[in-house]
Parts: sequence; structure tokens; C-alpha cells
Amino acid sequence: MEIILAVIIGLLYASGIYLMLRRSLIKLVIGIVLLGNGVNLLIFLLGGLVKEHPPIIGPTAKLIGSLYADPIPQALILTAIVISFGLQSFAIVLIKRAYIVVGTDDLDQMHTTEEEDD
Amino acid sequence: MTNNLIIIPIVFQLLMAIALLAFWRKVLTQKIISITGSVIAVVIAAFLFHKVYDGGILTMQAGNWQAPFGISFVADAFSTTMLLLASVSSLAVSAYSSVSIKKARLRYGYFPSLHFLIMGLNGAFLTGDIFNLYVWFEVIIISSFVFITLGGKKVQLEGAVKYFTLNFLASILFLTAIAVLYGLTGSLNMADLAGKIHDINNQGLVQVTAILFLVGFGIKSAIFPLYFWLPDSYHTPQAAISSIFAGLLTKVGIYALLRVFSLIFVPDDFLKTLIVIIAGLTLFSGGLGALVQTNMRKMFSYMIVCHIGFMIGGLGMFTTAALSGAIFYLLHDIIVKTNLFLVGGLVYKMTGEISMRKMGGIYSAYPALSLLMAIPLFSLVGIPPLSGFWPKIDLMQQGFFTGNYFLLGSIIFASVITLFVITRFWSEAFWKKKEDLEPKPHVKYYDAMPTLQKGLLVGPIILLSAVSLYLGLGAENIIRLSDHIAGELIDTSAYIEAVLGVNKINSTP
Repeated sequence: MEIILAVIIGLLYASGIYLMLRRSLIKLVIGIVLLGNGVNLLIFLLGGLVKEHPPIIGPTAKLIGSLYADPIPQALILTAIVISFGLQSFAIVLIKRAYIVVGTDDLDQMHTTEEEDD
Repeated sequence: MTNNLIIIPIVFQLLMAIALLAFWRKVLTQKIISITGSVIAVVIAAFLFHKVYDGGILTMQAGNWQAPFGISFVADAFSTTMLLLASVSSLAVSAYSSVSIKKARLRYGYFPSLHFLIMGLNGAFLTGDIFNLYVWFEVIIISSFVFITLGGKKVQLEGAVKYFTLNFLASILFLTAIAVLYGLTGSLNMADLAGKIHDINNQGLVQVTAILFLVGFGIKSAIFPLYFWLPDSYHTPQAAISSIFAGLLTKVGIYALLRVFSLIFVPDDFLKTLIVIIAGLTLFSGGLGALVQTNMRKMFSYMIVCHIGFMIGGLGMFTTAALSGAIFYLLHDIIVKTNLFLVGGLVYKMTGEISMRKMGGIYSAYPALSLLMAIPLFSLVGIPPLSGFWPKIDLMQQGFFTGNYFLLGSIIFASVITLFVITRFWSEAFWKKKEDLEPKPHVKYYDAMPTLQKGLLVGPIILLSAVSLYLGLGAENIIRLSDHIAGELIDTSAYIEAVLGVNKINSTP
């Protein structure tokens, strides 16, 4: 399971970075989404995978069992998902506005910021 | 010492931002709330600073979860000093922007975003938890995205695409580093991490994590070779917005670097050399960038990049005196860079131009104001006894003592370039005879403003210049403060003890 996840994370990072290096705005956003998901899976994997042992104390037991899944990575991922959701929706609105105003989705054509104003 | 007081700067800004949301589109009410609120925030920050400086480090455990498990908030001398300066800068920007920003933009949530941004900054300064630091960074950048796109002009949107992409990438790298760190140690509390990081067998992976943090924070604080987004985006928004970006956003990256690389990853020889080389190249490339610009705001943007090198250099040498110099420079830089962009905005209001070739004649038209504007400009250069001079002595001296002659040369080079660039700006904008140009219809000229508006434009510059003058003329006190902070950064036992040793005192259910 760890191996599969590690390969998937590697693929997500690699394709995310690759798409961010492309010139198209749409590919840029897709790259951002992939990277965001890759990092969430990475936190999940590095928190340690434990199957079928939720961190919950049973109704009869007084203590939690010796082996249980670490709840902190899940809390971290939840926070990171919410944040990256907000950022990604901003990114989509931003590239839509940028496409309408600039009139191109080619990042190489976006050089107004480097032009002289005089 | 446990004290719930330290959360007040964050909660206060949050409440203020929410209150401002309730007055959506009532611009005058928003202005009044924002300025009075910012004054109160300065008082709170000053009180907290005084308490920490006299009484030692304060901590707060969120929800009373004991230290390595819950989220800790820590107020030490470094964080409260940053808090105080951020409050002063935000007061100045709040007053300045109430006049300089167009009403149409103020109506779309300018002031709430400003206070959410300050809340994020305060949180980043006060938190003692590395994941919480990430969350505050996100609060800061989401607010800054609103700022950088406010107005929606073509150049702004293009700048925003670059700004967004690089900042998102920095956040992803930061989060990756946190994930690896958590996998290695099973902890997120910075004081706890400081102890656990030495027990790890796989020190190679620790080194890799440190580099991930360096790159992540490096993008945010615009170090070489990761700074290219900054001069491409910082000149696009309005002057007041640029000034808060220049004064505080890159500096929070520096704060995080200083904190993480003194507390968790104490630099070894490899890391020191790497950081020193990066610092030297930042000084070089930022200086050369500033040299060729004729656009005033772009020149100022390259000055930001250039001067980041001084602080990174201090971190790279990692002696108490070098860190003290870096911290003094950081304090000076927050005030003077905020002020610099406010001055740039005022120059624009006076001449209607941002190209240095076309402006001129400010000195003959406004002699008193020109002398006022000379204070931040010459403080930036570091003409003694103004504030930029003192930290440079420390840094140069340490460059000699630690044998970092490359860094020493870069510091001298960057100082000379700064002197040249500012002198050129002064002679172009202030002394040159003004050309006869048609007034532009969309510019709100300074001369046409009523007295109250003029006061709100000039007042913040006076305030920040006064702080700059105090930093320079009262350097004795500031050096004492920065030595104290540097001592705490080198010897972190007081910090760790304050965070982890506090549990027993306040364990009532």
C-alpha cells in the first residue's frame, strides 16, 4: 500500500510541476490542483498507515488500544484541503479574468508588467 | 508564563475585520473604524512588547491542550517586536490609503482585507506551531491576492498570475517540508521539534527538509534566484498596497527563516555557506536590477530584493553579533520600505508620473515636504547617523571576523548601488527642472486636495520617518534590543522551557 501511494505521490508531483512549466493558463491551474492533492497524500502517507484501528475509545474500554491510526495527519489534511480549495477557486476565477482582459492564455504573451511605462 | 493576553492582537484584528464587513460600502465609517482600530492595535502591541521585554517569554496553549500536543502561541522579544512594528506600519498604511485609494476600490472590501492580512501577520509572528505557521501564511497570501487584483487592470492581472503561481508553489513546498518533518519526528510544535530533530538517525533527510524550508520561505522572502515574481508584481497595485507588501510580506518570510533556522535547523557549515552565497548573490542581482530601472516603483521593488540580502547574510554567518545586525536591519527595513512606497505614492500624486525621466521640480515646489521625504530615502542608504547605518557596521565587522569576504564585498557593493540609485532618484525627481506636461485627468493631484486629505497623506510619512529617526538616533536602545533577540535565537533554551515546561502550572480542568 505504501509503495502504491509513494508512486502516486511522485506522479502527482511530477505531472503537477510539468504542467506548471507549460505556457498555457489552463494547464497551470491543472498543475496547481495536482500538486495540492499530491501534498495532501504525502501528509497522509508520512503520518503512517494503520488499517481498521480508528483512534476511538470503545464503549466498554477505559483506554485506547495499543495500535491506532494517528488522527493528526487527517486533521492537517482537512485543513490543507480547505485552504487549497479556496486557493484553487481563486486561481480559476483569476485565470478567467486574465484571459478575458489580456485576450490570450499563453503565459509568454503576458509581458505587460515588464514593459516600460513611459 | 501562561497568559491569554498574547492572543489579543490576533482576535482584535479579526473582530475589526468582521466589523468592517458589516459596514460594506459605507466607506467613511470603514475609514474611521480602520484608523481608530489601528491606533488601538499599536497600543496593544506596545503593551505586549513591554510586558515581554521586562517579564520574559509568555505562552498560551490553545484549548489548554498541553504543549507538544496542542497549538502553542509564544510571545518572545522577537515576535513582539515584529508585532509592534507591523502595527505601526499598518496604522500608517491605513491612514494613507483612506485618501490615496480610489473610492470604487475601497467599496470592494479593501479595509476588511487589510485587517485580515494584519491578523495573518500577527498570527505568524505569535505562533509556536509549524503547521499553524503554514495556516497563517495562507491567511496572509489570500488577503494579498485580493489586494493585488483589486482594480482588475490588465497589468495587475498579469502580475497577479505570476504572484499567485509562485506563492502557491512556495506554500506547497512549505507543506511538503512539514509533512516530511512530521513523518520524521511525529511533532509539529517548534520547541518540541528543536529537541527531537537531533535524535533522528537519518540526518541526510533532515538536511533535505531544511532545504525544502529554505526554498519555500526563500520564494516568499524573494531571495536569489527565487525573486523574479517580486519586481514583476509589486509595482502593479496602488502605492498604499505596495507599501504594506514591501514592508511586511517579504519580511514575514525573513522572520520565518530566522525562526526556523535558529530553533529547529541550526545551520551547519554547508548550510551557512549556502545561505551566505545566496545572500551575496541577492545583494548583487537586486542592486544591478535597481540600477537599470527608470520606473520609480520598479526601482523600489528591486531595492526590496537587494536589501533582503543583508538579513539573509546575517543569518548565514550565524554569530550573535551577525544575527543582531540582521535583526536591527529587519526592524529598520520594515519601517523604511513601508515609508519608501508611501513616499513613492506621494511623488506620484505631486507629479502624476511614475517614470523618473518625466518627473521633476518637487524640491522647488515643496521644500519642507522634500526634506521630510529625504529622511526615509537617506535612511535606506544608511547615511550616518540614520537607521540603515548601524546594522551594516555589525554585518561588515562580522564579515571580517568570520572570513566571509565575498559577502563583505557584496554588502559594500549593494550599499554603493543603493547610494547611487537614491541619489539619482533625488536629482531626477526633486532637483531637475519640471517639464511642462499636460495634467492627466485620471490622477488626483496633491495640490487639488483639501487640507485634511493632505494631512492624511503626509501624516503617515511623518510618523514612519519619526520612527526611522528614532531607530537611527536612539540606536543604543535598538542595539540592546537586537542583541537581546539575537541571544534568544542562539540560545533557545529559554524559548523551549517556556513552551514545554509550562504545563504543570495551568492544568486545572
